[in-house]
Amino acid sequence: MKILVCISNVPDTTTKITFTNDNTQFNTAGVQFIVNPYDEIALSRAIELCEGGKGTVTVINVGESATEPTIRKALAIGADDAVRVNAVPRDAYFTAFQIAEYAKANDFNMILCGRESIDYNGSQVAAMIGEFLDIPSISIIKKLDFDGTTATIEREIEGGKEVVSVTGKFVASCAEGTAEAKIPNMRGIMSARTKPLTVVEAVAIEELGKVTKFETPAPRGAVKLIPAENAEELITLLHTEAKVI
Amino acid sequence: MSVLVYVEQADGKFKKSVFEAVSYAKAIADNQNTNLTAISIGNVSESELKELGKYGASKVLNVAADQLKNFVNQAYASVIAEAAKKENANLIVLSNSFSGKGLAPRIAVKLKAGLVDGAVEIPSFAGGFSVKKTAFSGKAFAVTSLTSDNKVIALNPNAFGVKEKATDAAIENFSPEIKATDLTAIVKEIVRATNKISLPDAELVVSAGRGLKGPENWGMIEELAELLGAATACSKPVSDADWRPHSEHVGQTGIAISPNLYIAIGISGAIQHLAGVSSSKVIVVINKDPEAPFFKVADYGIVGDAFEVVPKIIAALKAHKG
Repeated sequence: MKILVCISNVPDTTTKITFTNDNTQFNTAGVQFIVNPYDEIALSRAIELCEGGKGTVTVINVGESATEPTIRKALAIGADDAVRVNAVPRDAYFTAFQIAEYAKANDFNMILCGRESIDYNGSQVAAMIGEFLDIPSISIIKKLDFDGTTATIEREIEGGKEVVSVTGKFVASCAEGTAEAKIPNMRGIMSARTKPLTVVEAVAIEELGKVTKFETPAPRGAVKLIPAENAEELITLLHTEAKVI
Repeated sequence: MSVLVYVEQADGKFKKSVFEAVSYAKAIADNQNTNLTAISIGNVSESELKELGKYGASKVLNVAADQLKNFVNQAYASVIAEAAKKENANLIVLSNSFSGKGLAPRIAVKLKAGLVDGAVEIPSFAGGFSVKKTAFSGKAFAVTSLTSDNKVIALNPNAFGVKEKATDAAIENFSPEIKATDLTAIVKEIVRATNKISLPDAELVVSAGRGLKGPENWGMIEELAELLGAATACSKPVSDADWRPHSEHVGQTGIAISPNLYIAIGISGAIQHLAGVSSSKVIVVINKDPEAPFFKVADYGIVGDAFEVVPKIIAALKAHKG
């Protein structure tokens, strides 16, 4: 079995988000980049499914050479090898196309992504890869079992879950619950340095849109404190002042 | 040109977020002096389909094929793309729901359409076509400009609101050809708690964190939520400890929500948690630590022990409701 896991290079979750160049660019100064947390979940599940010599896990990232530390981190967690498509990941459409092109030329049983990247929050790449390859895609899953032929997948729906079965190749985007994110151990970190990392060039595709400006949320007014002994007052304020109940 | 809105049904019914997507699509159609067509897939009664007229859909395409009764994004995307071609629609709107997130990207690729998901405002037509969407898990917004002829917008729940615009909706059956290869994913089971309010759509949310000390203390949280008609949520440490299910975890690595009211009880307000809830319209924070960072983004705050404060609020709410 061969599994391809898509890895996005994103700002650490504690990053204070600011912009430069008249709010047209994300300010990367001093920002620590990490493997997108949801992609780590996808990677961890892929590694579990391949445990005991049942298969191999390849990670793929679309990014310039600066993303290699993040790719090495994924190798340290336990991926067998890695591919970097040498390009700025312009948007989900571009990124999904690059991954689909690579997957077409290399035979994978399944392609796993995180449910969304924590920078653009798109949830787009997995379903787009599915469409480019004309294979099923299941978005926002929380459980994935595979018996060698058929995958049984639970996906999140509003107020519940749906169980889906897929035979043959598929793409899925993983949310919490699919696996516990694995933490690299010393052996993993050492071996990651020598695991294969192949660089391939991007394939051209038209641009359909782009981010032209960023905005930060308007600051909130000062908090109105209610003394704990008068906690009842909250209900009155929510009703008469905030008018939300 | 016309605007097409996909109306997602659950057990034959439309939810508020669907009427919101129709209202949003209608506002765009009006702006562009064009008609709004809705497309429904699955078994929905005529009276329910007629409801879509209330929010401005003048035509409803009803795709009732039995093989499409369950959501399979591959097949649904093909049907919606066919409908867009048939209606000569170059803008497709849908709700950014769990299913919508799996569907919109496939439609976008099929139609070579630029896609904005997580939209929070009506598009701007000044000097092109751009839409504001959430980014960095609620820490920012990104204005995305689309240059493609076809466009897809997935609207965030609670971002626009439901707006009535009474129109008589003409219902038309639509039976596009469905490829067998679009139906290889098979829905085996759907489990939906009918008595609970779903968190992403909820207008009111009561959320609790580690300050509650253990899962056995969630009774008062559930009671407060039930009295308010609110959904329950929790912080990451709580779902990581399995006190509450992952589906309740809001924050940067959980789900992002924007209800009208978010009540945070015993949650300190780490930056990752704030990211997921900061677009809530009104935030109430109850925490015994006056230095908790959550108070900085709160509208109302109570510094006090949740075990004393929450019962008082429950009593006041019961009195308020009479």
